[in-house]
Amino acid sequence: MNDDSLRFLLFGRLNAQAFPFVRAWQNPNISELIGALAGALVVVGALALVALLTWKRWWRPLFRDWLTSLDHKKIGIMYIVIAGVMLSRALVEAVLMRAQQSLAVDAPGIVAPEHFAQLFSTHGTIMIFFMAMPFLTGLINYVVPLQIGARDVAFPLLNSISLMLTAGGASLVMISLAVGEFSTGGWSGYPPYTGKVFQPGVGPDYWIWAITLSSLGTTFSGINFVATIYKKRCPGMHLTCMPLFCWTALCTSILMIFAMPPLTLATALLALDRYLDFHFFTNDLGGNMMNYVNLFWLFGHPEVYILILPAFGVYSEVISAFSSKELYGYKSLAAATMVIGVLSFTVWLHHFFTMGQSADVNAFFGVATMTIAIPTGVKIYDWIWTMFRGEVRFTAPMLFSLAFIVTFVLGGLSGILLAIPPIDFVVHNTVFLVAHFHNVLIPGLLYGMIAGYMYWFPKAFGFRLSEVWGRIAFGFWVSGFYLAFMPLYVLGLGGMARRSQALFEPDYRPWLLIAIVGAFLLLAGLVSLFVQLWVSVRDREASRVPVGDPWDARSLEWSVSAPPPEYNFAIIPQVDRLDPFYWLKERKEAYRPARRYDAIVMPRNSWVGPLVGLAGAVCAFGLVWHIWWLTILAFVGVWAPVVARSFVRDVHRTIPASEVEATDRRWLDCAQATRPVPRELETEPANLGLARPFPAQVPA
Amino acid sequence: MLGAAGPVAEQTRSLFLLVCTILLFVAAPVLLLTPIFAWHYRLSNTKSAYRPQWGFNWPLEGFIWIPPAIIVVVLAVFLWRDTHRLDPYKPLASPYPPVEVQVVALDWKWLFIYPDEGVASVNELAFPADRPVHLSLTSGTVMQSFFVPQLAGQIYAMAGMTTQHNLAANKPGRFRGENTQFNGTGFQNQKFSVLAQSTDDHATWLSRARASGRTLDQGAYTALTARSTQTEPILFGAVSPGLFHAILAQNDPAMHVAHGHRPK
Repeated sequence: MNDDSLRFLLFGRLNAQAFPFVRAWQNPNISELIGALAGALVVVGALALVALLTWKRWWRPLFRDWLTSLDHKKIGIMYIVIAGVMLSRALVEAVLMRAQQSLAVDAPGIVAPEHFAQLFSTHGTIMIFFMAMPFLTGLINYVVPLQIGARDVAFPLLNSISLMLTAGGASLVMISLAVGEFSTGGWSGYPPYTGKVFQPGVGPDYWIWAITLSSLGTTFSGINFVATIYKKRCPGMHLTCMPLFCWTALCTSILMIFAMPPLTLATALLALDRYLDFHFFTNDLGGNMMNYVNLFWLFGHPEVYILILPAFGVYSEVISAFSSKELYGYKSLAAATMVIGVLSFTVWLHHFFTMGQSADVNAFFGVATMTIAIPTGVKIYDWIWTMFRGEVRFTAPMLFSLAFIVTFVLGGLSGILLAIPPIDFVVHNTVFLVAHFHNVLIPGLLYGMIAGYMYWFPKAFGFRLSEVWGRIAFGFWVSGFYLAFMPLYVLGLGGMARRSQALFEPDYRPWLLIAIVGAFLLLAGLVSLFVQLWVSVRDREASRVPVGDPWDARSLEWSVSAPPPEYNFAIIPQVDRLDPFYWLKERKEAYRPARRYDAIVMPRNSWVGPLVGLAGAVCAFGLVWHIWWLTILAFVGVWAPVVARSFVRDVHRTIPASEVEATDRRWLDCAQATRPVPRELETEPANLGLARPFPAQVPA
Repeated sequence: MLGAAGPVAEQTRSLFLLVCTILLFVAAPVLLLTPIFAWHYRLSNTKSAYRPQWGFNWPLEGFIWIPPAIIVVVLAVFLWRDTHRLDPYKPLASPYPPVEVQVVALDWKWLFIYPDEGVASVNELAFPADRPVHLSLTSGTVMQSFFVPQLAGQIYAMAGMTTQHNLAANKPGRFRGENTQFNGTGFQNQKFSVLAQSTDDHATWLSRARASGRTLDQGAYTALTARSTQTEPILFGAVSPGLFHAILAQNDPAMHVAHGHRPK
């Protein structure tokens, strides 16, 4: 055995050139230096985290209370932490791309083409798979079991495995900053460009395995949530008594189950092309890239609704709560949600009207696409009429919801334009398209996630977020959005291709300069969110809401303490209609002790999730670099804990009735001792989470 | 698109403006009602009504389902009509026969072969302004998208198969063409010129091509397929016969030549 084959056996394709620090040393231009800086941030960040955990002696609590926990609430919070970290990276990348384009009109700019291509690929991949998906999965995880009166999700261990697989995928994307490079094929990774002939490096492999881990996790999450919503509802909670957020979570979960397999299949076939010389999507030997495009968008379009429906659910909760009013057209909204879910599988072809199919086919899919506008429009009106004859408060989550309604309509209109094939022909693949999907995803998804985060934060942590910083963040996110993306509509109509590292039209410059200002405002919006969190944690004693109902809201999650006990409900509630907590308060039956307390059986912590996630990420790393011994070892490592777990009998622990009763009575005493606050004082320190009832009606 | 300079682009622009006008009526109620309701029913307005248990109304339900449905039906009619009218495969009406051009997408340049004239060019698509152009496209590399914003929409070019496109200019002029489907580090430089010429100018262009003395044969084509950008156009005075089909056949003719439909 010679040196080379030994090195390959040990390290696969890994060599010194894989490290951005080495590349920057050998070729110190600004683009490589930015790459090395980003890689250094990952390394330094990881080291700083390790140092902090060691110094504060947080390792044990980290594993005991968080990473091995099967509590759906903690898993939900961890998902959102992943989303926050990944959002930060991908937003910085967006600013870098905007900066490049604004500087690169007839000039080289600061980022080389290869680097720019990695930026838009990681930006898209992260924002979809490692920001949006974890964020919404986290919210669903936290909120749904509480809303349906359950103690946990149907499969708590699977939940932990889903989380850790997603975390594994996310860490793979982060590792690609410091070791090797990422794909340049965009978030959609079209072959043959991402095939072995055109991209022999590790980039597409990082992309394939990162999203494979994440989409496996998402499929499991979907199964878990569907089972939870079907089987774990409390007595009396018929489907039509569920809060609307649960409906959207149900629809999203069904979409996850059906939409993720085409993606997993498409990337698996692409991996076979790349690793074992198959020819599914190659130019030659019978490969056909069109099959990939169809499979990808068969996932990709339902994915859009996976992303957006939970946000619709959040808006339904937020607008209803901050209007102190029943949701208008509840059944209409639930029906519209399910109609959107079905229609979302009938429109995928509109992502490639330009692939040469006949006018009949294009027109069919164009009409199908426009049909989705009907239920979506209905939803918008339902939210507007929810405010009608309400008592509207302009808190930060409500402001985000209002900005969503107005802004999303504009995105919907550009969507109608794109649904018309002849118009699509002239704006497809231009920044008009980029403006469109940011116009639906930023208000439609991100505002909703932020609104949900601010709305449920007091429930999760027991204190409210700073309202002032919430409003500042709102100002930045909304102004930043308009400035960053409205110019792209104009540029797209002018024919500016997306993903352009350099531009040659001086006319584009003023619009690109406006867009970079917008990008910086969006970054300021993100920073404000972190400042808000910091300030709120610092001042938490003045904003505690221990009684648990700071917004005078209507569904079951508000009927327990903030934060809720591990088992959510001292006794499983019994409901008889929609908005059960509102009616309890109306009938003055809220905050009553139970007649009898029972012991509660909860799942024990488990190491299986973290081990599977870690082994999955290592296995993927081995595959990326062709380090076969590591791949095989880690693959065994994925399954070993799962098999071992099936021999463990003692997987539950019992919380004695006395402890449940003591905790509940402590909370009830606190509620008794608390002064109820009117809505005018909602954001004041006086709000301890007990709402003063509204007068039943005010005449016109 | 706003600077439309050909019949396809102009019809697309009118459709665009028509749809935008219709959509104004869709957006207006939402953009008006949202701030009005939110402000009027604000907590501090003690004069506004409060009906916490009102959540459904049949006439209102009709109002929010039916008008959007009607608008979608109207738009669908326009959509169906214009998708067929502006089908890129459909030949353009003209008293003159179209100029046939075979287009090969390469990394990172465009090759145009004129089978009838026996010439070829790289990054320069020239044609007489009074004749429409019929393009047959394929790719010698990854998937790309051919786009001349001022003249017509775009269409993908894929290896081993042909797609078709038709475009025309209103009058002589020079337009920018581009690839919009990302295909590597030279992507942003993959622009080409479109020259709609007077008959005389076109004749001059053809003779200039013929005078170049270059022949586009398999060897010259292979040289072009190198992954590189090309700033200055190249003209070829002669083309080996059947080159376009040879390029197609390199990617397994049996599987793919049947693709792409013909206009009815």
